[in-house]
Order: sequence, then structure tokens, then C-alpha cells
Amino acid sequence: MDLKNIASLSFFYPELILSGTILLLIVVDLLARNKRGLAMIALVGSAAGLIATFDLYGAQPGLLFHRMMILDNFSLFFKVVALAATILCIWMSLGSNEIKQVYQGEYYTLLLTCTLGMLFMASSSNLLMAYLSLELVSLTSYVLTGFLPHNRRSSEAALKYLIYGGVASGTMIYGMSWVFGMTGSLDYGAIQTALAQQEINKAALFMAFVFIMAGFGYKIVFVPFHMWSPDVYQGAPTPFTAFLSVASNAAGIAIMIRFFFPGVSRMVPGGDWSFVSGVEWPHVLLFLSMITMTVGNLCALNQRNLKRMLAYSGIAHAGYMMMGLAVLNNDGLSAILFYVVVYLIMNVGAFLVVGMIANVTGDEDIEAYRGLAWRGAVVPAVCLAVFLFSLTGVPPFAGFVGKFFLFSAVLKEGGAFALLALVAAINSVVSLYYYAKIIKTMFLDMPSPEDKTISVAVYDFTLLIPLTVLTVIFGIYFSPLVQYTSKSLSFFVK
Amino acid sequence: MDNVLSYMTFIPVAGAALVLALPNNAKLIRWVSAAVTLPPLLMTIWLFNNFDRANPGFQFVEEYRWIPAFDIKYIMGVDGLSISMVFLTALLSFLCIFASFGIEKAVKGYFALFLLLDAGMMGVFCALDFFLFYVFWEVMLLPMYFLIGIWGGPRREYAAIKFFLYTLFGSVLMLLAILALYFTTDPHTFDMRILMAQANKYSTQVLPMWPLTELRWGFQHVIWMALFIGFAIKIPAFPFHTWLPDAHVEAPTAISVILAGVLLKMGTYGILRINFPMLPVATADMAYWCLGALGAWNIIYGALCAMAQTDLKKLVAYSSVSHMGYVMLGMASFTTQGINGAVLQMFNHGTITGMLFLLVGVIYDRAHHREIDGFGGMAAIMPVFTGVTALAFFASMGLPGLSGFISEVLVLLGTWQKYPVLTILGAAGVILTAGYLLWTIQRVYLGPPNEKYSKLPEINGREMFTLVPLGVIVIIVGVYPNVVLNLLRASLDQINQIVIPHL
Repeated sequence: MDLKNIASLSFFYPELILSGTILLLIVVDLLARNKRGLAMIALVGSAAGLIATFDLYGAQPGLLFHRMMILDNFSLFFKVVALAATILCIWMSLGSNEIKQVYQGEYYTLLLTCTLGMLFMASSSNLLMAYLSLELVSLTSYVLTGFLPHNRRSSEAALKYLIYGGVASGTMIYGMSWVFGMTGSLDYGAIQTALAQQEINKAALFMAFVFIMAGFGYKIVFVPFHMWSPDVYQGAPTPFTAFLSVASNAAGIAIMIRFFFPGVSRMVPGGDWSFVSGVEWPHVLLFLSMITMTVGNLCALNQRNLKRMLAYSGIAHAGYMMMGLAVLNNDGLSAILFYVVVYLIMNVGAFLVVGMIANVTGDEDIEAYRGLAWRGAVVPAVCLAVFLFSLTGVPPFAGFVGKFFLFSAVLKEGGAFALLALVAAINSVVSLYYYAKIIKTMFLDMPSPEDKTISVAVYDFTLLIPLTVLTVIFGIYFSPLVQYTSKSLSFFVK
Repeated sequence: MDNVLSYMTFIPVAGAALVLALPNNAKLIRWVSAAVTLPPLLMTIWLFNNFDRANPGFQFVEEYRWIPAFDIKYIMGVDGLSISMVFLTALLSFLCIFASFGIEKAVKGYFALFLLLDAGMMGVFCALDFFLFYVFWEVMLLPMYFLIGIWGGPRREYAAIKFFLYTLFGSVLMLLAILALYFTTDPHTFDMRILMAQANKYSTQVLPMWPLTELRWGFQHVIWMALFIGFAIKIPAFPFHTWLPDAHVEAPTAISVILAGVLLKMGTYGILRINFPMLPVATADMAYWCLGALGAWNIIYGALCAMAQTDLKKLVAYSSVSHMGYVMLGMASFTTQGINGAVLQMFNHGTITGMLFLLVGVIYDRAHHREIDGFGGMAAIMPVFTGVTALAFFASMGLPGLSGFISEVLVLLGTWQKYPVLTILGAAGVILTAGYLLWTIQRVYLGPPNEKYSKLPEINGREMFTLVPLGVIVIIVGVYPNVVLNLLRASLDQINQIVIPHL
């Protein structure tokens, strides 16, 4: 299926719904006095988009808009992730004191535009489309990061994000121009054909890939393109940080898998992928993965601000997920997809509790958590402990299963990859130290007399309890999720 | 009584949920917890009566599909090796609930976590699917961390995180080993019975592992080592033992009992259950240094450390390090006496050290310190308490007629046929043990009564209730060891026979 513009529209309705919602938000923001309704519109719009995306699962896969976009289960999976993250973010924003201070109309408009960009990222099948969608996500993210009025940290974060993002995407488009120069096309299918048929300078191709990786790497947040993330995570409004940490990461992974797997590699029967011969790519990924998880975990050890700590832990988790890319087989990819879902649940959960506590205490430092369980907030404390243990990868929580699949994909490959598994395993132990530090502060430390009692709004539990329950359920019974991710791992290749 | 093992494992989980739902009445919560741990104990009696002692294989097996996509199954079952541990777990869990009646802080949380811990321990000894085994193994860590960390002594935070980090380090290595074994099966499975059946398939071809090439390790040896480190941390074998004194000293009494009585056994249980039957070639190659010599070193080193302690609880903790050395030494011998002695020693150590920790708890509750030199003449002040203590100390020392004697003699008999030098070292440990225990009795219980403590109340009924069953078992096993040995023999001989051809 290779559709022209008008015919494509009938497979494009999640994006259309989202675009319609964005326009509606702008109009209603102009007319309405009561801005609380805007969040509801955004929520309904993204929920409708989510349902529409699930509806598309039955459609025949194919190329849309003159081969600019692709429709297959893989792209639908990441659209579901992005929309789910958006819904969670809006839900969190409704209960957040930070968001109450900002312009509601602009906030939700930009948030949904960012989501729209992620949907494009998930389905782009052309380097130009990939670049444009990535920039759409980046630009809206810069603005949302600096959205807190009169907050120096927020403005500083936005500026840093802008500069890093500008450099990274500049490098990426430079790399893309090399690929275009060598293959004569921006279309993934044409690139693959050209790489297979023509004699191409392998060193130049390798450099082009490295440049392109800068752009993807900055979205997924891996070393050495990670410098922006701690500042941005700390400075941005908490609901948006939660959104950024999962959705932006997932969209980056989507675009990277799409380019490096069906884009330039060839599927071999038996679930393996063969990369362009002569380019030592898996070992680059292996090395980057090791460095990323190690740097992330070591930097997180001494953080006192929880959002900053979670930023470094996010870098470490990006490193874990990269293990699945390095092995170049379908086991690795489906492990990544599984991990994306699990990470979405547990990381949003952790940020949710951080936001709840910050709503009451106005503080995200670890001191604010002293004796939390003994100060009337035992449920949030237990839930945060569940999310953190899950992030560590301890059974019976979902994070363990995610890591288990990644480890098993890597160990199956054997050889140098056994070393990668060992490094990752030791990294999990290191990560326990800083996650447990928070748990220790909440449960083992006693509150001092000046610490206030914390009363949590009932509203916050509407999201917290389901996320906690899911974290436990997917840790014990993960068959449905495994089925879903393996179904999602189907690419349309032409 | 189908699914009896599942009931034993999951009744405490249901109990934990029930405890959380109860109103905040400490007394009610305590008695409900006690009531929840009673059915598993009664079921062990049923198991004891219905267990086929001649059958070396797994009995009471339950098998259900869990995650079909990866052939992860829910398989439970016991053989002679695990049934003794299941019995020990059920008994100590029940008694420790009573030993925890003194807990005042956040009673609900304490008992809920304790019951989860109970479930995790039971699951580890019953699980026959590697994935399930790993889940239980890890699940147990979380309650333990909180039980030490919230209800422990002054340095509880340090002790809790140290315990957690050490154990997690061991378990991630174990996880990698489990996955590596999983990929050797065709079709891939985590079923331990299948993994044991294909024990001869695991490659021993030397791997080019610079700079360790000289060790001439194959795949099997690498896996063996990864599993062994995981288990050695739990035992704890030198040099991984340093978490143990900290955790024991800081943990509340009942948790110390569980730690020493059940958790340490998981290490040696794991080696016998997994390393021996699945990786026999590597076991044969590694046994002398990693089990025998290290075990002998554990005996001597633990005893010498115990001798140097001034804290009564730390002394008992180091005596555990020493006594677990006999288990390692015994199983390294691959003789019938040695391996039976080793598992009997696991059982005996659980009961004897349980008693010792309970007794330390009794005196700590009264005097609020544990300095060995701070007492004196307790025999005159608390005669009944002193009598029970003497029983436990003599059992620990290996006095004939008490259980510790039987297992240590069996271990030394078995080892003598293979490693005379190690046996002599192990026997020297018996003398050192007698040394530090008698010296402690002399300093704490004999001599002129300490005026400061002349008003201390005698041991009370609840405390006696926790001690008497253990004391009775110590005497019964000491006089008629076959009551336990009969359970073990068939299964252990079978495990032994797998390794012996590769020696």
C-alpha cells in the first residue's frame, strides 16, 4: 500500500483528531473565561486520539503521503505510548500547583503539539520527515521547559535545552546530508536499496551515522549527549518533566529503531538483523550503552534533588534500553518495547509522587521526604517505594521483568555481549544505592519536629493507585504485555 | 491435601493482607499473625507423616503454566533436601511471631512484612522453576530490608542497606547464570528438573578468558562461579561475610533468628539444589578450594572472630559464620556421611542458633545492653534462663547427646576420608568453639552476681514458649538423629551420585 495525499488521510485520523483539538484549544482559550475547561478538552482530545490509534491496528500497513510516513504496528505502538504519556501528563497537571500559575491555553496547546510531533516521529519514513518531526517536538519542549513564570531555574533550563538541542539537531542534519550525498535519497527504502547496491565509502557512512546519532541520542538522552537533561528535568514543571522523561525518550527510540533497523539494516530469517556490512555498528552501540548506564548511575549517587536524581536515573535507563539495540535482533527490540511501557508506568509514577510532595512542601529535595511514611503520607511513600524498587529491577515489580528481557536478549547473543550484561547487572546494584536512599529517608528516618504533616489530596490517588497496581501486576503476570509488544514489532518494509 | 506447598507459601501472603486490613490494635494483630503462621506449621506435620522417605525425587509436585511465551511455569515440590528446610522455616516463623510480641512501633507494618518474609522463604525452598525461585529469592529481600531498617538498633540504616546491596549483587550474578542456563535448553525452559536432567550437556570446553586463561574454566565453571558467589554471600562465606555481623547486631531479635535460622541456609541449599546436580563437572573441580578449604577457613576464622567479640549478639553472629563452615566442608566431601552431616548441620544450626539469638534477646530486653563483660553471676539471678542457655551453648559446642554433636561428627567423619588436613582444621574449630562459648558462660553466668542486675526478672512464659520447642528438637535429634536423617538420605545420595563420577 503506497498512498497519495488524500487517500492517506483516512489512515491519519489520530493526528487529525489531535490537530483539531489543538485548534479548538486556541479558539476556546480566546473566548472562554474559565480556563479550567481547557484541560478537559485536551484530555478528551488525547483520549480520542488514543482510541483512534487502537482502531487503526486492524488497518493494512503501508506508506502514506508519498512515502513520507509509514503505517505499521511499530509506529502505532509508539503513538499509543506518546498519547498515554500525554493523558497521564494532563491528569497530573490538573492536580499540580505549578501548572495553576501558568497560562492554561498555551500550556495545553503546546503540550498537544509536542505530542503531535511525537506521532510524526513514530511514523516518519523519510529523513526530512524525521528531522521536521524531531524539531517540532524539540521546539515545543523548549518553550514548555521554560514555562514557569519568574523562575530562574526554569528559564535557565530552557536556554540550555535550546542550545544543546540546536547543536544536536544541526549535527544530525549534517549527517543526513552526507547520507543524501552518498545514496541520492532521503527515503528509507531508497537508502537501503542504494546501500545494498552501490559501493559506498564505509568510513564516510560510519561518520554520517555518528552525526545522525547525535540527534537521536539527544532525544533518548544517552552519553555524551545527556548534559541537558539534569537541568531541564529539574527546571521544567514536574508534570512536563514526567512527560518528557518517558515520551520524548520513547519517540527518540522509535525514530532510531526505524532508521537503523528497517531503514538501513536487512532482516535475516530467524529474527536477526544484518547491518550494512563493513560498518562496526553493534560495538559502538554496546560501548555507548555501557558508558551511558554507568555515567547515569554514578552521577545519580550524590544527587539531593529528586528530579535531578531521576534525570540521571533516566540516563541510566536509556543505557539499559540501548542494550536491546546493540544486539541487532528482534528479541532485543521487543525487550525495548516492553521496557518502554514499563518505564512509562513506573517513571511517571515516581514523578507523580514527587509532584504531590512538592505541591505540599514546595520542595523537591530529599530532606522534604524525611520520615514521609510517619507524617501521614504512608500511601504515597509506599507507592514511591514500589516505583523505585521497580526502577531498580527487583521482583515482583514490572521493572524487573523489563530488565529480565533485556538481559536475556543480550545473553542470548553471547560473546562480548556477556560482558555488557555483567556491566548492566552491576549497574543495577549501584542504582539500588540511590533509590534506596530515598526509601530510607521516607521509612527509616524519623521526622524531626519541624517537619509538617502531609495531607494528600484525594484527587492525586486517582492516578497513583492505578499506576502502582499496574507496576505490581506487570511484575507478576506480564503475558498480555508480552503479546502486545511482540505484535507491535512488525515493520512495513518495502 | 493437593497443593499443600502452595498453601504453605501463600497463607502468609493472605495473612499479610489481612493484617493490613485490621484495625490498629496491637494485640489483635499479634494474635492474628500467630494464627496465620500456625496452619503452615500443621501442614509440615502432615508432610512429615506423608513424605515417602525412600523416594529420592520430588514429591507433592504442583505444576501450572504461568508465562507460556517464555515457558515460565509455576512448579513447586519438595525432596529430602528441601523438606527439612521447609520444616525449619515453618517452625521458626511461628515461634518468631511470639518472639516479636515485644515490638511496639508500627506493629501492623512489622507483622505484615514478617508474613511476607515468611512466604518468600517458604517459596525459595519449594520452587522448582528457576524464574519462580529467583522471584521468591528477591521478594524476601524487600521485607528484610525494612524489618532491619525500621525496627533495628542504632546503626540499622547502615546494616539494612549493606545487607541489601550485598545480596542484590549476588542475585544479579545469579540471574545472569540462570539466563545462560535457560538458553542451553531446547526448547528453552526454566524447569529445574529438566536443567538437572541435562547436566552433562553444559560445555566444559576451556574459554579464552584473558587474563584468567590459566584457570582453564569452561562455560560450566563460569556459571558455577556466578551462582556460587550469589549463594556464598548468603551463607555467608569468607570474604562475603561482612554484612552478617552488622545485620545480626542491628536486627530485632526475631529477625536475627530468621536470618540465622533460615536465610543463611538458602546459600547452602542453593549450592546443593542447583550447583551440584546441574553443574557436576564444575562442582567436582571447584569443591576442594571453593567449598572444602573455604569451609575450613570459615570455621577457624569465624571462631577466632567470635572469640574476640565483646558484644554477645556479635559473638553468636560470628559463631554462625563458623558453623556454616561445617556445612560447606561436609558437602565438599561427596561422601554419604559428609553430605548428610552437612544438611543435618543446616537443620541443627537453624534450631540451635535460633535458641541462642532468642536467649540474647531475653537478656537484652532486661538489661538493655549486650556487653559480655557487663554481666556476671547471672546463674544466681536467673537460674532457669541460665539452664536453657547452657543447653543451647552445649548444643552449639557439640556436646554428645545434643544435635550439634551428631552433625559435626558426621561432617568430620565424611571429610576425613577425602581431605585429612581440612578435617584436622575443622576439628580444631570445635576446640575454638568450646573455648569462646565456655569463656562466655564463665563471664556472663558464673562468678559473683552483679549487684546492678540482682533485680532482673526471670525468663517469662512467652519466652519459654519460644525456646522449649527448639530445645526439645535439639535433644531429640541429638539422641535419635534418624528422625531427620531418614528424610534426607535418599535425595542426598542421589545428588551425590551425580557428582561422584566426575571427581
